[in-house]
Amino acid sequence: MATLGKEYKDREVIVRQGEAGNCMYVVQEGEVEAIAEVDGREMRLRKLGPNDFFGEMALFGAENRSATVRALGTARVLTIDKKSFLGGVQEDPSLAFRMVKVMSQRIRDLTDRLAEHHLKG
Amino acid sequence: MITRTTDGFGQLGERSQALRSKSSMPLRDGSRIAVIGAGPAGSMFSYFLLNMAESVALDLQVDLYEPRHFCHRGPAGCNHCGGVVSESLVQRLATEGIALPDDVVQRGLESYTLHMDVGDVEIATPLHESRIAAIYRGNGPRNSEPMDTHSFDGYLQQLASEKGARIVRQLVSDVRKHDDAMQVECADGSVDDYDLVVLASGVNSRLAKSLEDLAEEHVSPALTKTFICEFRLGKEVIRETLGPSMHVFLLDIPRLEFAALIPKGDYATLCLLGDDIDEELMDRFFGSPEVARCFPGGVIPRHICHCYPRINIRTARPPFGDRLVMVGDSGTTRLFKDGIGAAYRTAKAAARTVAFHGVSADDFREHYWPLCKKIDADNRVGKFVFWVGSLVQRARFARRGVLSMVAREQQQSAAPRRMSGVLWDLFSGSAPYTDVFLRTLHPAYVGSLVRNLVAANLPDKNRDLPRDPGEERA
Repeated sequence: MATLGKEYKDREVIVRQGEAGNCMYVVQEGEVEAIAEVDGREMRLRKLGPNDFFGEMALFGAENRSATVRALGTARVLTIDKKSFLGGVQEDPSLAFRMVKVMSQRIRDLTDRLAEHHLKG
Repeated sequence: MITRTTDGFGQLGERSQALRSKSSMPLRDGSRIAVIGAGPAGSMFSYFLLNMAESVALDLQVDLYEPRHFCHRGPAGCNHCGGVVSESLVQRLATEGIALPDDVVQRGLESYTLHMDVGDVEIATPLHESRIAAIYRGNGPRNSEPMDTHSFDGYLQQLASEKGARIVRQLVSDVRKHDDAMQVECADGSVDDYDLVVLASGVNSRLAKSLEDLAEEHVSPALTKTFICEFRLGKEVIRETLGPSMHVFLLDIPRLEFAALIPKGDYATLCLLGDDIDEELMDRFFGSPEVARCFPGGVIPRHICHCYPRINIRTARPPFGDRLVMVGDSGTTRLFKDGIGAAYRTAKAAARTVAFHGVSADDFREHYWPLCKKIDADNRVGKFVFWVGSLVQRARFARRGVLSMVAREQQQSAAPRRMSGVLWDLFSGSAPYTDVFLRTLHPAYVGSLVRNLVAANLPDKNRDLPRDPGEERA
C-alpha cells in the first residue's frame, strides 16, 4: 500500500493561528481538529476527517490563518497550492462547487451554534 | 416615426430564441447518453456529468460501455500507459473530494532523479510531500503475483457506477446517426438509441478511425508509437535502488524525447516516448550506462510485460459533432505528458457543456472546443520546449550547465529553484508548457544558466559536478 500527502503525528500542528498561509489542505487519512485560541484558551471549532479540507480562507484573500489545526492521532494531509487551485478555478469554475457547498454548510452550522449560544445566554 | 420598441425587442427575442433552439440541443429528463470506453476520460465524464445533473435536478441515464474487467492482470485489464497521476491532477481530484485510495496508489513519488552522461541529480518536491501517484491502469503486469492493490481505471469506473452510471460489458462495433438520435451497435448485434454518444475509447481503438465517416470533415488525431515495459525487481530492491523517485533520462539518442523509469510496488515501469520508438532506438537506450546504473549490479533484467501503445500528438479536428463528442485521447491530450490530467480536463469540460448547455455541434464548439484549442496551442509551445531539450541532449557542455544549476539549487534550500522548477514541471506535466517556456525567459534564469554553463565547463571546475551515485555505490 502506498500513500500520498504528508504524515503528521498525534497533536502535531499543521497550521498555526495567525501565521501567514498560501495553501489549503485536504485530509487523506485520520482526523484533525481546528482550534481557535482566545486569550490563551483553546476552543475546538470542528473535527475533520478524510476528504475534508481546511485552510481554504488563505486561498481567497485572508492571508493569516484563522485557526490552529493539529492532528488527532496519526493523520495524513495533502497540500493544495494557491496557484494550482486558482489556476484550476480559472479554467473550470465548477472546481470550486464542492468547496462553496461545504463552506455554506459551515456558515449554516456556525449560525445555528451562535443562535443556540444566544438563546442559552 | 416611433417604433414599437417592445415588439421590436420581442421580435428580436423570438428570432434569437429560434436561432438558439436551432443551434442548441439541451438534454431533458430521461435523456440517454452512451459513453464508449471506461478509461479515465469515460469514467470521469460519467461521474462529473451525473454529479452536475444532480445539482440542477436533471435526470439522465448514462450507459458506460466497457468490455474489459480492470481486475485482470496483464493486457486483458490494462489501458497501456506509464501510469503517473501528476501533482496538479492529484490536487484537483482532492479538491473535488476524490482522494486516491492507498490500494490504488502503487507508490507516492517525492522526487525526480535526472540521469545524464555527465552525472545524476535529484530534484525534490519543494514541500517534501508525496504528491505524484504511480498507479496501474489495469491490475498489474502479465503473469504478476496477485497484488493487494487495485486498478486506477477500475477505481474511477467504480466511482462512476456509484454515481449512477450503468456499466455495459459489451464491445461497441459501430456508432451511426439515425434520424435525430445516435445508434450504438455492439459486437453481439444489439443496437440502442441515444441522445448523445461520448467517445472515450482512446486512440488504440478501431472505433475512432471509423468515426471519420460519421462526422463531416473529421480528422482523427495524429499518432506516434511508444514503448512501455515492466521489470520485476521486488520492493526491497526498488527501495534501495530507485526509492520514491521517478528516474528521468536525458540522453543523446536521436528521436528519443523522454524516457522515465517509474517505481511501483514490486515493479518498475519504463516508458520511452519520442518519434516512433523502434528496435534501434531501444538498443541504444538499453545500452546506455546511465540506464544500467539504475538497476542492481548494473544489469538490466528481462522485462516481464511490454507494449507499444500509440499516443495522440495532434488534436482530432473537430473532436465533436451533433450529439457526438470525443474526450481524452480520442479528442485531444497534452503532448507526451499528463495524459490522465488532460482526460480529466476534457471530460469535465464536455460534461459541463452537456449538463448546462446542450449536445449540438454548436454547443460543443462554443463551450468545449476552446479548451481543446488551448491544449493544442500549449502543445505547440511544448514541441518547441522539447526541441530545445533535444539540443541540450546533444550538447555535452549544455548538459553540464543544466546539471550544475540544478545541483546548486538543490543544495541551497533558500535560493529560488529556477531550473529545478522548470525541469520539475516539464517532467511531471504539472504546469502548461507555455508557463514553463515563459519562466525560461526570466532574466534571472538566463543569467544563472549562463553562469553555470561557464562555471561547469571550466576544466578545473569539472570535478565539482555531482558524483555519479552508481559509481559511489560500486
